[in-house]
Amino acid sequence: MTEESRTRSGSGAVTALGVAAAMAVAFTVWLGLWVTPPDAFQHNLVRLLYIHPPIAWVTYLALGVTALASALYLWPRTRSAFWDRLAGASAEIGVVFGALTLITGSIWGRPTWGVWWTWDARLTSTALLELLYIGYLALRQVPGSMPGRGKRSAIAALIAFADVPVDHFSVLWWRTLHQAPSVLNADLNPTIHGSMAWTLMLGFIAFTLVYGWLLAMRYRIAAAKDATEDVALAAAVAERRLEGGTAGIVGAKA
Amino acid sequence: MWRDAWTVAAKDLRIELRSRVGVNQVVPFAVLVLLLFAFALGPDRKALASAAAGLFWLAVLFSAVLAVQRSFAIESADGARDGLRLSGLDPAGIFLGKAAAVVVQLAALEVVVGAGVVVLYGAHMSGVGLVLGASALGTVGIAAAGMAYGAIASGLRVSETLLPLLLLPVVVPVLLAGTKTWDAALTGHLANGMPWLRLLALFAIVYSALGLLAFGPLLEAS
Repeated sequence: MTEESRTRSGSGAVTALGVAAAMAVAFTVWLGLWVTPPDAFQHNLVRLLYIHPPIAWVTYLALGVTALASALYLWPRTRSAFWDRLAGASAEIGVVFGALTLITGSIWGRPTWGVWWTWDARLTSTALLELLYIGYLALRQVPGSMPGRGKRSAIAALIAFADVPVDHFSVLWWRTLHQAPSVLNADLNPTIHGSMAWTLMLGFIAFTLVYGWLLAMRYRIAAAKDATEDVALAAAVAERRLEGGTAGIVGAKA
Repeated sequence: MWRDAWTVAAKDLRIELRSRVGVNQVVPFAVLVLLLFAFALGPDRKALASAAAGLFWLAVLFSAVLAVQRSFAIESADGARDGLRLSGLDPAGIFLGKAAAVVVQLAALEVVVGAGVVVLYGAHMSGVGLVLGASALGTVGIAAAGMAYGAIASGLRVSETLLPLLLLPVVVPVLLAGTKTWDAALTGHLANGMPWLRLLALFAIVYSALGLLAFGPLLEAS
């Protein structure tokens, strides 16, 4: 399975990515907390908006990458363990960032709307999305032999992905067929201060870099884990061979 | 494909007729759920009647999880799964047949639960056609999604705990749309139900198509 069991994927490019991500985040923090002025309406709460939309963006990006990687895994011509690991790694990051999206949104919502949670369409569908992918990760955790497990996970990821728009629109209808438009549109007031816009932009770049770095690291762990399993299996097979000298279990590699 | 579907559906229903697991266990469970809702919400008939639509669909969803689990449990004993795989039946036909058998069982269950909602909660059925249409479309959607996820989870040691987590977030649109259509039918505002009825139809089509495509590879994978 591990045709590309790279041991040095902590290579220069990944390290550079990590350094760039750390610097971009530090710069965002500095701009967001010290340089930008408080908002006229939201005061210091506006500072949360430099990270909340970028985090939400990474959630959707990560889950989109999972769907794409799963599709590429299912496509016979591009089937390789690479896409399976990438799908799993990206989904894990997506779920973590999804939780952060809900948490940062909740922290912002409490002083703004007076409640931690409201059954707004976007909140509700994000929470559903989160649970959908927690289920997907739970499925991935179940042990199993590789070709079957990969196919199963990839199909589950695609079915879950197909459900995202259906869930989204049904929740949207559910909330809007009898209620005025969502309060969330009050987020961005039209006259956005110059440094604020730049900080938000930088936030998007910073968190996308963080995503890229985490993805590379998580992929590396997954590949190392698969390689360890292969080594352990090979060792076990060799041991049996020494014990009994029986050649009957050569097919055990499957 | 249709002949294979018929064969598989007849087989599953024959097993149900002989074992009566659905009648003896799943239907009483659904009725029990209706009672539990009443205990949770209090004996106020007005409150229960206004929540009747949602409670009906929740009871159906919980029972559907059991029905899907049962549908795959009968394939797990004695290597029946391998037999199914080697039988030469069209996987799409197997999917349709198993889904159809679940639809039939859920439809019977819905009659009981629907009667329970009327009797116990005092719900007033004014739009019978809308109720029947919504129930039929919603049930097809639930069964199709259930078969797809049942095939994903079946054969895994944790399938009992994994299936509800995988299936229930996916069928949320059925719960929402089914509840809205039923609400429309129960309150007599039939026109309100039409867009939701279309959503139910869309869900049923999308998940039937996904199941038809995915069932073969899933049967091979496990």
